[in-house]
Amino acid sequence: MSVSTKKRWRALIVDDEELARHIIRELLQPHSEIEVAAECANGFEAVKACAEHKPDLIFLDVQMPKLTGFDVLELIGEDISVIFVTAYDQYAMRAFEVHAIDYLLKPIGKQRFEEALERAKSRLGEKMPSAQKLADSARPPQQFLERIVVKDGTRVTLIPAAKLDYVEAQDDYVALASQGKKHLKQQTIASLEACLDPNCFVRIHRSYIVNLGRVVRIEPYGKDSRLAILSDGARLPVSRAGYARLQSLLDERK
Amino acid sequence: MHPLFTRNRLGLYLLAWVPLAATSAYVLVSRGTLGWLQASALSTTDYLFFALLCLSAWYPCRATPLGRVSFLRLLLTHLIAAVFMSLAWTKASAALFYAALSPEKWAVLNREFGQQGNVVFTVGVLLYLLSVAFHYVLIAMEDSRRAEAQAAEARVLARDAELKALKAQINPHFLFNSLNSISALTSIDPTRARDMCVLLGEFLRMTLGLGEKTLVRFSEELDLLEKYLTIEKIRFGERLKTQETIQEESKACLLPPLLLQPLMENAIRHGIASLPEGGEVRLTAGRQNGRLEILVENSWDPEAPPRRSSGLGLRNVQQRLEARYGKEALLRVMAEGDLFQVSLSIPIESEDKA
Repeated sequence: MSVSTKKRWRALIVDDEELARHIIRELLQPHSEIEVAAECANGFEAVKACAEHKPDLIFLDVQMPKLTGFDVLELIGEDISVIFVTAYDQYAMRAFEVHAIDYLLKPIGKQRFEEALERAKSRLGEKMPSAQKLADSARPPQQFLERIVVKDGTRVTLIPAAKLDYVEAQDDYVALASQGKKHLKQQTIASLEACLDPNCFVRIHRSYIVNLGRVVRIEPYGKDSRLAILSDGARLPVSRAGYARLQSLLDERK
Repeated sequence: MHPLFTRNRLGLYLLAWVPLAATSAYVLVSRGTLGWLQASALSTTDYLFFALLCLSAWYPCRATPLGRVSFLRLLLTHLIAAVFMSLAWTKASAALFYAALSPEKWAVLNREFGQQGNVVFTVGVLLYLLSVAFHYVLIAMEDSRRAEAQAAEARVLARDAELKALKAQINPHFLFNSLNSISALTSIDPTRARDMCVLLGEFLRMTLGLGEKTLVRFSEELDLLEKYLTIEKIRFGERLKTQETIQEESKACLLPPLLLQPLMENAIRHGIASLPEGGEVRLTAGRQNGRLEILVENSWDPEAPPRRSSGLGLRNVQQRLEARYGKEALLRVMAEGDLFQVSLSIPIESEDKA
């Protein structure tokens, strides 16, 4: 780490309550080495501000409208230190300690704040653990994604799982097809598959997951393989194993 | 399952038959020229068989509960059963004695008792009917025990719901956020910080006080609500707007305490808090056709990420309403577009009636 002693760190404060933001600002005041680059009242603003200000440190509220703190975490870069701020759920937050991310419980005490800040500073510049892994561990087990957050530049799109037509693997990315548009997201198809409700989404091919509700019919296509025709006309390849999975799911539904 | 089998009471029941078997043995010895040992063995087997046969009365007794079927049906059912059972018993006894005794002794017995077959048959019928009466008593006892257990369970449930409601009042989320707001205000605006401390204290005190009562006036609920809303408005600032339309006459109505605040909290936590720009919560209340009608409306974001304790407060209100009013109270939740509505309708308990 080659940070000079004079280097000032940029911080973001994200909380939907003005008063809560105020406390953190106040607690940061004695620390001249930290500059508050921006304050954000919701997750969208936070994602935008991250791209704009490239902060080193972010104080992130968990419960916010539209995008939660966990969503924001998933969308921002891996080189930002995150300190979560929350009014409750210290149990869920403990999971983050494992990943060397700190959290503060409201009401925020000065001593605890200083500790968190020290820890964050000592880690500044280090790579954070994969945001995807963190977001996965934040989600309660046995609960499937109800929506997917995708970032395109500074624009954030929320895709409700029910509106997702199919997913196509493209190298390190997945293309999410929804309502005639395709959104790229950096994630592997296998990890996305694990987060989707297996009663609605089927991996029909090494590179495709389909929303069962969109499939109109299956046509034979060459030897051993088939095509799934979706309601919007899209044609997706179905592998032999994928066809077996599709059939067993359809049998269950009967 | 027969209640006697389930509760180790079979022994007591069989004990009641011992005098009968003993009498029978005595008669057999004195008039049938049998030895004591043989007479006892035969009588015991004979009456043990009938005692077990009489246990079957439980099934027709259960099928024809007292007071719910006509007397004629009752009489016919049990008389027919009695005749069959007694017939089965007398025939089986005859077979038993015939098989167990030497022809000479059988002949003596036949001479002595042959004419009295009808008497034995009648005794069988009467014994069976006695067993029917016994079973009705048994069933009544079981029923009352079950009713008692059910009542106790209902009481526990009601108490449980009350406790949960109280706990929900001092919702950690609400409390910690409020404390955080106060902490922020101490440096920005100490006077407001103090006001908020006082408000929070009053709110908690009122909550605890109201929780101890079974019924409170609607106006008291509204007072509590006002405290709660003032605190939340400090937290949310401009984002939280409220509007109340309360019919004056409804304020004297009585209702279980702490119903309104959870509805409001639900509207704020899951409604207003999900909107970056905030929104409005509207409360409408009035009496209508002898019922108190309450409507809470708020804007919300249907695509908001689900919060973990979603609907806990509402379920709690529902449980408490059920405990008190059964099916007389209605709690309806409707979500249409970005409008969320919770309506509550309970029968009015006015002051003079309570």
